[in-house]
Amino acid sequence: MTRLTEWFSAGRSSGKHTLPFVVILLVVSLLASGANLLLPEDSALYVSTYTITLLGKYLCYAMLALAVDIIWGYCGILSLGHGAFFALGGYAMGMYLMRQIGDRGVYGDPLLPDFMVFLDWKELPWFWLGMDNFGFAMLMAVVVPGLLAFVFGWLAFRSRVTGVYLSIMTQALTYALLLAFFRNEMGFGGNNGLTDFKEILGFDLQADSTRVSLFMITAFLLAVLFVVSQRILSSRFGKVVLAIRDAEARSRFIGYRTDRYKVWLFVYSAVIAGIAGALYVPQVGIINPGEFSPINSIEMVIWVAVGGRGTLIGAVIGAILVNYAKTRFTAILPDAWLFALGAMFVLVTLYLPKGLMGLYAQMMAKRRPRILEESAVKESATKESEV
Amino acid sequence: MRHLIALCCCLFGLLSFSVQAAESSQQDPFLTELAGAKFKDMVPILDQLAEIQGEAILPLFHTLLGGDLYYIKADKSLVGQFDEQGATVYKDVFNQTLVPNLSKRDVKKIRVNNTLRGYLRNAIAQIQLTAKSPKVRESAVRELLSKLDADTVALIESLYAKETNNKVKEAMGLALSMHTASSTELTLPNRLVAIERLSSSLEGDARNLLTTLTKDENPAIVKAATSALEKIAQRANRFAFIDQLFFGLSLGSVLLLASIGLAITFGVMGVINMAHGEMIMLGAYTTYVVQLMMPNYIDYSIWVAIPAAFLVSGLMGILIERLVIRHLHGRPLETLLATFGISLILQQLVRSIFSPLNRQVSTPSWMSGSWEINPVLSLTLNRLYILAFALLVFFALVIVLRKTSLGLNVRAVSQNRNMAKAMGVKTHWVDAMTFGLGSGIAGIAGVALSQLTNVGPNLGQAYIIDSFMVVVFGGVGNLLGTLVAAFSLGIATKFLEPTTGAVLAAIIVLVFIILFIQKRPKGLFPQKGRAAE
Repeated sequence: MTRLTEWFSAGRSSGKHTLPFVVILLVVSLLASGANLLLPEDSALYVSTYTITLLGKYLCYAMLALAVDIIWGYCGILSLGHGAFFALGGYAMGMYLMRQIGDRGVYGDPLLPDFMVFLDWKELPWFWLGMDNFGFAMLMAVVVPGLLAFVFGWLAFRSRVTGVYLSIMTQALTYALLLAFFRNEMGFGGNNGLTDFKEILGFDLQADSTRVSLFMITAFLLAVLFVVSQRILSSRFGKVVLAIRDAEARSRFIGYRTDRYKVWLFVYSAVIAGIAGALYVPQVGIINPGEFSPINSIEMVIWVAVGGRGTLIGAVIGAILVNYAKTRFTAILPDAWLFALGAMFVLVTLYLPKGLMGLYAQMMAKRRPRILEESAVKESATKESEV
Repeated sequence: MRHLIALCCCLFGLLSFSVQAAESSQQDPFLTELAGAKFKDMVPILDQLAEIQGEAILPLFHTLLGGDLYYIKADKSLVGQFDEQGATVYKDVFNQTLVPNLSKRDVKKIRVNNTLRGYLRNAIAQIQLTAKSPKVRESAVRELLSKLDADTVALIESLYAKETNNKVKEAMGLALSMHTASSTELTLPNRLVAIERLSSSLEGDARNLLTTLTKDENPAIVKAATSALEKIAQRANRFAFIDQLFFGLSLGSVLLLASIGLAITFGVMGVINMAHGEMIMLGAYTTYVVQLMMPNYIDYSIWVAIPAAFLVSGLMGILIERLVIRHLHGRPLETLLATFGISLILQQLVRSIFSPLNRQVSTPSWMSGSWEINPVLSLTLNRLYILAFALLVFFALVIVLRKTSLGLNVRAVSQNRNMAKAMGVKTHWVDAMTFGLGSGIAGIAGVALSQLTNVGPNLGQAYIIDSFMVVVFGGVGNLLGTLVAAFSLGIATKFLEPTTGAVLAAIIVLVFIILFIQKRPKGLFPQKGRAAE
């Protein structure tokens, strides 16, 4: 048991959150699933399928926030285009689900999805081939975002595009993809995207059991990715990544090929975003080009900022909290949500640069002066990076 | 005596705007004679009318030609039948006043036959061709081009020598050449000369004629017509190119206006302002509000709107700088996020105040319309004005930065903040003023954009990425680079569009910039310096 704890919390001090987080996450999702499947609907503790799906959605967002935090919080690369990787993963899953509809579409074509029949296409475009195979589709869900991230990152980091320039270019990237996916000729359903899914691997998507399973899978994968990311970031590789964040020129002069570290971290982050997208689509039942819109990508950044960047747990908490607030706000005061979101951006950057986790650490520090020293050391390191 | 009557008629027609339409038309005895006249009697009556009234009779002739002229059975006065939103209404043909309470049973149609139609066409042509205004004469000739017959040609021929206005004369010459070229009874050399002459015209009718002539029996005519068509096509292509270039320049001017403010805040100050697009939006809404406040002076409202938009956006910019950006100095990524939050708030604010629907801003009359250079090339005036305006704003800004003390301070602070501070420059004040200037110019851009697109809460968002691309492409901190970048991107997009479609053109340009930045991270015109990074 102690070895297990050690393994979980290897290296960094923030690793001490890992085990409790994984346990809480899995226990809560198990309880929620059980409450949905085993309890009768009139029971006080019954969790509706709607809530399960909502929670599943939050967990996908949390995974996405994890991806953004890995690249922004640990390497200082602010990507305003992670929505693109998320959406690409989602489209891979959407294509698989679309092929699963088979001849149950409105037009009843055994091979072509409805929108292609509508566009009067005669055969499947080449990039749709093989997408009826679940394994292949899931491979694409990670390979395509990863490849895009590799090409983009390789070009950008090699020519030392950094800081704000990189952020704006990532935003342009997702904007270009948004425009492209809106076109009908692209073969991804154009404006309407992909929807009307029926089943996944033979299980009915509307069934409670499928929904709960998807939710459980999401929770499990989030836990796995969380632990793996924690391990990676506390490894030697992670140490170099932190060094790059805090003083890139210095790391380069010491002899590290900083661009390679950045490219691989960027690819890893994009892959996580792709997985999140692939899990998101069957739960919400639609994927359309709107997911590429730059504002979505920026919202992800604010989840991380609210939770506290540079701590994986902060990203997860931020994503869940902000999205919960969004659900509540849009239900009660739809107009006020953008005000609240905007204010969140301003207030968090002005008064909570380290997010809620930073606040928590501050409060803990008041009780225990020892941690104060530690955070002071960290602070000086961050300051150096800002100069 | 007759002239006196005609004069009276005209005067009366002018005065009797509110008087019953039927009464006014009753004054002329010839008009009532039309009612129920036989076909053979009509021509002399119409002749008389044309002679007495001149241009004033045209509406009647047009109505009659269209078969819409009726007379009221009771008093034999004339009315035109019009179709208005599906309902049949009767109006006075001259002053368009509605004649109320008439049903189909009260009126009878004045019939026309083919002879009469031919006569009317000719009469209309004659009246128009001898009209006082050269513009009317020219458009009359151009209208006749597609339906030339022996009579009209004879008429034009007789008027050609007397014509004093060059444009009208040119049009008449064209008509005559077209007639000569197409009439088979004329000698071949004459026709060939006429075809040769047609090759210098861009008129659609001339081209249609030449196309039919390429199927002529005579090989010499076919050859001449083909070569003439080729010549025309070459010229038309050249003008199409100019047209495309103009649209490219126009898009470039929009990009320039949108990004020029950003070139100051981002380029000179180094502050990422994601709310820049919202400053443009505020400017556009200011234009809308100014027009609401002075609905009777739309033509002049724009002169109020420009300074008003500058002030509104500029003050908002200063407010943002003082409240938020100042505290985030030297932390570009945080600035980006905070200003993005501000942009969300401003958008929602506008949505709450003005509703999420698009608002229509009307174009002043002197800006609407187009400048028709020739039949294939006409430039829309509002785009032309905006192009000139963008350049004006740009050079004004360059002068402000180069020649004023504010400009000196701004450059000093952007080059070395600490040194400037040590020399006694109030850096805080300079920051606020620079930001206000950049935002104010964005507001002015909003005024210009409101003339081209709908004004809505998302107006700014549409331009923010493009303007960042322009500034980055041109080289940060370099105003001239912004100018070059804006126009080259605008022109490139417009030249790509015909082959690729608008969306793909936008994507190609974006991808190009992304690749370009990889190659030259500092843009087209990098600032020279010794910094390691």
